[in-house]
Amino acid sequence: MAVDALDLEIPEGQIVVLVGPSGCGKTTTMRMVNRMIEPSGGTITVNGDDVMDVPAPELRRRIGYVIQQVGLFPHRTIAQNIATVPRLLGWDRRAIEQRVSDLMDTVGLDAELADRYPHQLSGGQRQRVGVARALAVDPPIMLMDEPFGAVDPLVRGRLQDEFLRLQDTVRKTIVFVTHDIDEAITMGDRVAILAQGGVLQQYDTPDNVLAEPANAFVADFLGAERSLKRLALRPVSEVSAARGPLVHPDSTRAEAQAAARAAGADWLVVVREDGYLVGWTWLAEVERAVTDAEVRPFRVRVRATDTLRVALDAMVSTRTGVAVRVKALDDGDRYEGILYPELLRAELR
Amino acid sequence: MRLLLAQSSFPDWNWLGNPRNWERLLDHGVEHVQLTLVGVALGMAVAFPLAVLATRHRKLYTPLLVTTGLLYTVPSLALFLLIAAFLQTGFGFTTAVIGLAVYSLLILFRNTVAGLEAVPDDIREAGEAMGYTPSQLLLRVELPIALPVIIAGVRIALVTTIGLVTITSLTGMGGIGRLFITGFQRQNSTILAVAIAAVVILAVVGDLALVSAQRKLLPWAREREAA
Repeated sequence: MAVDALDLEIPEGQIVVLVGPSGCGKTTTMRMVNRMIEPSGGTITVNGDDVMDVPAPELRRRIGYVIQQVGLFPHRTIAQNIATVPRLLGWDRRAIEQRVSDLMDTVGLDAELADRYPHQLSGGQRQRVGVARALAVDPPIMLMDEPFGAVDPLVRGRLQDEFLRLQDTVRKTIVFVTHDIDEAITMGDRVAILAQGGVLQQYDTPDNVLAEPANAFVADFLGAERSLKRLALRPVSEVSAARGPLVHPDSTRAEAQAAARAAGADWLVVVREDGYLVGWTWLAEVERAVTDAEVRPFRVRVRATDTLRVALDAMVSTRTGVAVRVKALDDGDRYEGILYPELLRAELR
Repeated sequence: MRLLLAQSSFPDWNWLGNPRNWERLLDHGVEHVQLTLVGVALGMAVAFPLAVLATRHRKLYTPLLVTTGLLYTVPSLALFLLIAAFLQTGFGFTTAVIGLAVYSLLILFRNTVAGLEAVPDDIREAGEAMGYTPSQLLLRVELPIALPVIIAGVRIALVTTIGLVTITSLTGMGGIGRLFITGFQRQNSTILAVAIAAVVILAVVGDLALVSAQRKLLPWAREREAA
């Protein structure tokens, strides 16, 4: 039996990712929600209503569905594909046209693709059509089975980001199935890790799962880079930045020495009096004043909303060994401080 | 042929010059087309539900294939006579189209099953998940996608049937085959040549008509072939 007994509550407006090795029943579980597979026992309720109380086709029209192979209808144009469920529900032609064009815009499809056939599109474009088709009648619930599995990693990353941004506005309740733990961590508000037979191992936020795996199975499934994966979940704003060896463009050597000593560095961050970042320089180059030194720009800068993983990448790829945090404004970057590896270590315990 | 040629000159300008002969050819041609179209349509009307049944219940496929295959092997003349005798339909239009339908069954059944089975699972799954009822799924998704393969079957059935209709004439059921009888009776090879040409032209025109209909009706399939 693919799924023996599973109790799972999915909060409204969240993405719950079912993840696990193949044969763990994650797809089976998802497909029971819209009765593509009929459960042999137990109940599945959507907003309190048993899914068995409505005829399956009627139920399915209210639940968006996206699969890895997309399953676009080859004999229908892109616009017709997206219009599938509105047509089933008997919307009038005008409303359908409007909805289709809005949706194509929402998922980032060029309007001129409307009259093309699926085989004329790239894999990434087809996935977008699949998402648009699932969203057509604005269903409160979406089921997504490895929806970004059939495209290359680069496109997948972009589609994931776009989808998360879309989800911020549409706030669907989503059951998302994947075998890829990284995708689960990226996409999920909550992650349900399943073992063979649909046995639930852990159900929690990605951060909690990474911080405290419930058992050896979960720890093993998460893999060796748990700490790094956690960093990818947390924004830079969670760590308070250090002041750094801060000088102004007209600071003297004595001021520069004091700033460097206080920060334990042999280099300096040059910031204008009004708080805007200029660049960095070596303390050794400051003979009498900072004006003597060559000030180099920071090539990598992080913002409050970037992940700590991005900050860590910045640290290891720059000569100063730190990530400089800025607030990007129209007329330049305001300096907010620096991050260095020790700060993250405290964060990760 | 030498025997035939000995009886009349070739070409027989007398026969060719008589407009009444061409009128008769046209009448027989129309009969021929009617028999063909009704025969194949009747065949499809039977083959399609059988094919749907066979794809829904896999166990039925082999028995149905064997049955239609056996019917296909019955000698044509014998089949028409059997139908006339057993169904009490006599020698006429009805007997002819039933016989023709029986012969087209195998080809139409096999191609329709092949077409329906070639519909990819993910497309069927997506259709179900969108909320199509089983009959909507069949008519709006599976059938259109299977159509190129089904039409390929219809083309074969059509051309085969056009040839077969010449034999129905031997049992007195009309069609261009009548002219073969006349040609043999009068030992006139001109009539035979005209009749043969007419049947060949009908077959070619019928096939081309289906090809162009397919191109017009199924733009997605044409473009996909090209791609």
